[in-house]
Amino acid sequence: MTEKKKTQLNILFSVIALLVCAGILYYVNHYTKPTFMLRTVLQLGAIYALVAVSMNLLNGFTGLFSLGQAGFMAVGAYAFAIFTIPAKSRPGVYYLYGVADWLSNLQVPIWAGLVLAGLVAAILAAIIGAPVLRLKSDYFAIATLGFAEIVRIIVGSSPMNRITNGSLGLKMIPKFPNFYFPFVVVGICILIISLLIRSSYGRAFKAIREDEIAAEAMGINLAKHKQLSFIISSFFAGIGGALMGMYLGAITSSTFNIPLTYNILLIVVIGGMGSVTGSILSSFLVIAAREWWLRFLDMETFIGGFKVPLLKSGFRMVVFSIILMLVVLFFRRGIMGMREFNWNFILKRLGKKKNAGGEGCE
Amino acid sequence: MTANAFLQYCLTGISIGGIYALIAIGYTMVYGILRLINFAHGDIFMMAAYFMIFSMVNFTLPWYVSIIIVIGATIVLGVVIEKLAYKPLRSAPRMSIMISAIGVSYFLQNVATYLFSALPKPYPTIGFLTKTITIGGISTSVVTFITPILTLGFVFILMQLINHTKIGMAMRAVSKDFETSQLMGIKINRVISFTFVIGCFLAAIGSILFFTPRPSVYPLAGSLPGLKCFIAAVFGGIGSIPGAVLGGFIIGLSETFIKAAGYSEFSDVFTFILLIVILLIKPTGLFGEKITEKV
Repeated sequence: MTEKKKTQLNILFSVIALLVCAGILYYVNHYTKPTFMLRTVLQLGAIYALVAVSMNLLNGFTGLFSLGQAGFMAVGAYAFAIFTIPAKSRPGVYYLYGVADWLSNLQVPIWAGLVLAGLVAAILAAIIGAPVLRLKSDYFAIATLGFAEIVRIIVGSSPMNRITNGSLGLKMIPKFPNFYFPFVVVGICILIISLLIRSSYGRAFKAIREDEIAAEAMGINLAKHKQLSFIISSFFAGIGGALMGMYLGAITSSTFNIPLTYNILLIVVIGGMGSVTGSILSSFLVIAAREWWLRFLDMETFIGGFKVPLLKSGFRMVVFSIILMLVVLFFRRGIMGMREFNWNFILKRLGKKKNAGGEGCE
Repeated sequence: MTANAFLQYCLTGISIGGIYALIAIGYTMVYGILRLINFAHGDIFMMAAYFMIFSMVNFTLPWYVSIIIVIGATIVLGVVIEKLAYKPLRSAPRMSIMISAIGVSYFLQNVATYLFSALPKPYPTIGFLTKTITIGGISTSVVTFITPILTLGFVFILMQLINHTKIGMAMRAVSKDFETSQLMGIKINRVISFTFVIGCFLAAIGSILFFTPRPSVYPLAGSLPGLKCFIAAVFGGIGSIPGAVLGGFIIGLSETFIKAAGYSEFSDVFTFILLIVILLIKPTGLFGEKITEKV
């Protein structure tokens, strides 16, 4: 098979796969009950996929180990909620503290709210990025973690009562206008990130990840590229946070706590640091396992009058974290490692089988 | 603020600072030797509290037996974690081992939720520790009073151990240069295990002192104190024990005074801002050694 043919086949298969995915979504939307678990899994999985890819851009591609994702999601979600909660339901939301005057009649369309959410997160990233990015590996991690906590505490604190509704959180956030909405938004965002990774900027990011000093010697402006990666990652984390707000309908500052960042990090690690497709695959797998397939572990089960040992509320998360530790310890590269998914591998397998059956595939 | 109230706050601040110092030592020693932020340390501290509940409430053992059991169990937990989760990754990139530490922290929190449920559990009272004493117009519980004394005592013993014994010398050597000390015939694994033993011992003591004046324990109770203690360690210069102690006391005192001034919502914000500021001004902390980067 020639390279060109391979590429063509790859594109063909990808298009078919996308159509199949769209078909599945259409089927799930029209032929399943609204309470069906797969709907939740697909929507939540898509949101996590976006956040995981945005974290991967920073951690996997640029080599900056950030633990601030939940903070940027919180900023995005709050910004989105503040700009889009319908003006007429505002008095109900802010019933205790009242709403700030400049906010009371503010309402923008959902798409504008999403962009604003991203922008606010990105601006914040630009402000804190300048000092924090000077720190090295673990110090950077702990500083971003600290920053995420600061954001969380400030949005939930009493001086912000008239803007963020303090510890009560915000509700009546607009829901997804239709079933496909999150998939379209996430698809566009991930497409932009993958295009960025394939551009000269993306190659610069990877060079920084491999060796900062060598990258600098090759003429890459370290500060500028790190800043860029940080801002872009935060922009998409903000959009991810906004989608999370839409999905949940109500947010409080404790929605975006440190375990959320850990969850996203674990998705990135399972998928493979430095692989966009890996992150996407693993977020759907992890969410499906956590929300759906492993649910039975939380139920007390009796088989023939015999109580199955260990099963009770909370066991699911224990099993889940054991799986995770096994991945971290023994499959350090995750599902995809640093590679991207492509069909050549599967084609090769098929080709071999065909060859064995006496048919050439050339 | 009256002089009496001021002294009262000072005592509270020094007491909480002493506990932070005890836990910060665990962070700083592990970081000094393995170059690893042991994210699980705060959760080990939380597990120690559950061990206490387990032995005093479920098995109704007297407090002096319970304290020994808690210390023993915490040390075993720490060493097992090191053997299972950190040892296999010794030659791996630093990012992997940090992720492993986060994984352990996540695991311990989930295990605690599973075993003890997410609802807060009351911490057992140790009779003589909760008695109220009055010294010169300040009334306080015994535990608040003895915490700083105990802390300074343990730090003194620890410094003697590190500066004047063979294992202490080995620890200093390993923290200076991992590979060279291995070549010099130091059994690295023994030294690392010993570090975890000390760290967990102090975490167990800290846990008893921390939770005694507080009403309850819940599975996430260790994560915020853990982070603060790590900040204390960074503030004092990570790898340096006197630094960690000083950092602990400074954070404890400033936190208490911010709370006293009526900004209790922002006491944690202040701690994190302190961290970011110190990292920007003096990344190696107050007593940290300067690390030169080699190409």
